[in-house]
Amino acid sequence: MAAFFVMGKYAAFVWPAYGISALGIVASVALSLRAYRRAKTRLAALERTVK
Amino acid sequence: MFGYANPKRFMELSGRLLPWLGATTAILFAAGLYLSFTAPPDYRQGDTVRIMFIHVPAAWVAMMGYGFMALASLIGLVNRHPLADVAAKQAAPLGALFTALALITGSLWGRPMWGTYWQWDGRLTSFLLLLFLYLGYIALWNAIENEVRAAKAAAILALVGVVNLPIIEFSVQWWTTLHQGESIFRRGGPTISAVFLWPLFIMAAAYTLLFFTLLLVRMRTEILERRMRALALAANA
Repeated sequence: MAAFFVMGKYAAFVWPAYGISALGIVASVALSLRAYRRAKTRLAALERTVK
Repeated sequence: MFGYANPKRFMELSGRLLPWLGATTAILFAAGLYLSFTAPPDYRQGDTVRIMFIHVPAAWVAMMGYGFMALASLIGLVNRHPLADVAAKQAAPLGALFTALALITGSLWGRPMWGTYWQWDGRLTSFLLLLFLYLGYIALWNAIENEVRAAKAAAILALVGVVNLPIIEFSVQWWTTLHQGESIFRRGGPTISAVFLWPLFIMAAAYTLLFFTLLLVRMRTEILERRMRALALAANA
């Protein structure tokens, strides 16, 4: 298990590569979903006022 | 294909497709990550070979995304189809993200293997240019208020930038570089062992499906926003 975290001697490169990729991907998923939900609620509210 | 290209049918179809697409993406990521971390270390590259499983898929999707954006731009220009413009516009931020991830992970792979984070050679420089093309495309959309004119200007930029794709692809043959040559889709078969090819292909599938999943979500958002703007205009008139 310890060997897994050490990544040979390359932990300083392997983990940041995975960390930054995970961060970028998770953030883009979260932001895209949040924008969609917001647009949906705002449009619903707007449709109520217009009618 | 154009039968589904009206916004209403697009919303119906994408709404039904998205849960499946999202679930498949998640499963592929789980399997791909499991294989990425259980693959043995490479005999020369050691554990840094694991960076390949996220670097190469990000780079592929970055280029595929640009090709997609340019194609959608062309359809938008020629057929004047608003949905094509929406697709191209929403592909750009995703493409920029994957390009940035490919550059960063490549740099973190280059340091231990080549001894440097960065080198101004053909492959790396043309890939950096890809990032600037995406960012320029996004900036152009933001700079022009009129939607139709913005779409047209951005589409032209996207199409001009297509020349960069073959430059990236062949850069490792044309110029001396630290970057390795084509080692997967080459004549005579891949030069990479199957224990590394499997996680690589599954991660590539996961990245590709992630791109299209997020693209659909973002296109849906944009369509709702356009509907909002149209409603607001109609209400004010």
